[in-house]
Amino acid sequence: MSAASVETPGEVAEDTGAARDVLLYLNGVTVSFDGFKALNDLSLVVEEGELRTIIGPNGAGKTTMMDVVTGKTRPDTGEVFFRGKEDLTRLDEAAIANLGIGRKFQRPTVFENLSVFENLELSLADSRSTWRTLFAKETADRRAKIEETLSRIGLTTQSGSLAGALSHGQKQWLEIGMLLIHDRQLLLLDEPVAGLTDRETEETAALILDLARDRTIIVVEHDMAFVRSLGARVTVLHEGSVLAEGSIDYVQNHPRVIEVYLGR
Amino acid sequence: MADPIVMPSRLVRARGAWGTGFWAAFIGTGIVLAAVVPALNLWVPPGSAIAVPDYIVPLLGKYLCYAILALSLDLIWGYAGILSLGQAAFFALGGYAMGMYLMRQIGTRGVYQNPILPDFMVFLQYKELPWFWYGFDHFAWAVLMVLLVPGVLAFVFGWLAFRSRVSGVYLSIITQAMTYALLLAFFRNDMGFGGNNGLTDYKDILGWDVHAPSTRLGLYLVSVLGLGIAYLICRYVTKSKLGRVLLALRDAESRVRFLGYSVTNAKLFVFTLSAVLAGFAGALYVPQVGIINPSEFSPGNSIEVAIWVSVGGRGTLVGAVIGAVLVNFGKSWLTGAFPEVWLFVLGMLFILTTLIFPRGIVGLFRQLRRPSPQQPKTLPVEEQA
Repeated sequence: MSAASVETPGEVAEDTGAARDVLLYLNGVTVSFDGFKALNDLSLVVEEGELRTIIGPNGAGKTTMMDVVTGKTRPDTGEVFFRGKEDLTRLDEAAIANLGIGRKFQRPTVFENLSVFENLELSLADSRSTWRTLFAKETADRRAKIEETLSRIGLTTQSGSLAGALSHGQKQWLEIGMLLIHDRQLLLLDEPVAGLTDRETEETAALILDLARDRTIIVVEHDMAFVRSLGARVTVLHEGSVLAEGSIDYVQNHPRVIEVYLGR
Repeated sequence: MADPIVMPSRLVRARGAWGTGFWAAFIGTGIVLAAVVPALNLWVPPGSAIAVPDYIVPLLGKYLCYAILALSLDLIWGYAGILSLGQAAFFALGGYAMGMYLMRQIGTRGVYQNPILPDFMVFLQYKELPWFWYGFDHFAWAVLMVLLVPGVLAFVFGWLAFRSRVSGVYLSIITQAMTYALLLAFFRNDMGFGGNNGLTDYKDILGWDVHAPSTRLGLYLVSVLGLGIAYLICRYVTKSKLGRVLLALRDAESRVRFLGYSVTNAKLFVFTLSAVLAGFAGALYVPQVGIINPSEFSPGNSIEVAIWVSVGGRGTLVGAVIGAVLVNFGKSWLTGAFPEVWLFVLGMLFILTTLIFPRGIVGLFRQLRRPSPQQPKTLPVEEQA
């Protein structure tokens, strides 16, 4: 696997050859549900500043992998480390989120009964303590930050409307904005263009590339055209472990990948 | 789809939450409640059509206590999605704490004229006062217990439940079990709370005769004040950023966790606060009705509170108050005029608010005033974990 990943260095924009710190490290992670192994001895390394796409057929373990990283699911065996020292298998969702790991769900989940502005307000990098939240003041500073994010995700005019009234694509962007405003170091995006129009998909790709300049992003996606437009290193999952890893061209010509995708 | 209506942002509305409009309405309502009833009671000759006779005053005070209880449930149910069907248990515990103070004020005026032991203890052949009755001869201690006992119970209960992520209908069921367990416990004579008969036959509160019309009017005014304070506390919480976190977790609990908020702590805070408010309401209630007994713990009472809130409009604080007063007014009137139909009416109200106007009376009025297309049509359901 490691030999394969260096095969086409020119294709992967980030592969400058300089050694970078490992941000996320999964080793031998196994998760089973009633005997079904959703993840089977999965090992994965993501470097700081990397943009990584993860593809795989249904049931390959993509969402379970995200559940493990964000603390929603505890692995049966294996280790998961963030920044080399934070053991994610010991922390709950809120603690992991506060380490700087953000997640966008497959179905857009925004808070429908709050306004767009309020959705972003709750995502600001402020204290999460219940007591401080009770007495939190709205300052011009915070307001400016929210407005900056609103314009970045193109929702300035929808600021005061309920998030439940947004279109599907706008909800996706709002959710990305909610991750963005918190200045998280690692974003996990689960199918960010599912159900979007072509135009919205293009805009989303541009937004992700823009975001990837100053943070690490892992994108799980089905849409191959979209994956290609991101131009990032691709990891193919199959039956809970890594099948192939490398540039999009390398992966698409990989015989096992072709077999898995087309053979059934 | 049509462009959503652009409203002024939250910052503007947050100032509006405590603007002059709100204070004018709040103080105006307070003055009406605190001035009109006493005026009609004291200065209008009895027999006049608009007179408020003496026996009506504690009845109105009782409605106000129910309104505080409804507020306490709305705070957790309407805003955080926690449907507690044991809210009346906290109300009853606050009531018992106040009842214990009132019992100890009786002193030698009881049937058995024991200076220390209340009548029921003499009757049940207690030799000395149980330890948990110590201190209840002091009003301040009783008030402390009124707030502390429901608060601590809710904190422990909530910590166990929310930490294990018990929510939705399961939480409703275990809160019913809690109030039922307390009902059975308080029925026992050995508990030391008067068993089946509860605590009654009070003489005075802080030196004033509880049966005197002037004391009853005073208790009514304290209830008005209490409702005002409870309302302001609930409004502060729901208009704060924490209030928005609560609304968010009501709709998408796991999303709130991934944002880094502790759902357990937020729920625990609001659940405990709500129990303290319910206990406070119970303490105001007992001197006005003159009795507290285990039937206050009966599961049906807690369910009735949920009906008041949904009739008035869940998730609107004003709605909880309106619902509590209207339903109880209806109950007083119907149980007097047509006692056999009351339960049918109650059941009908429950069905109507569930099926036809889920946003209650307040929601209905808001819809009539400005039909709002940007409102999601359905009430949020508990998120599937």
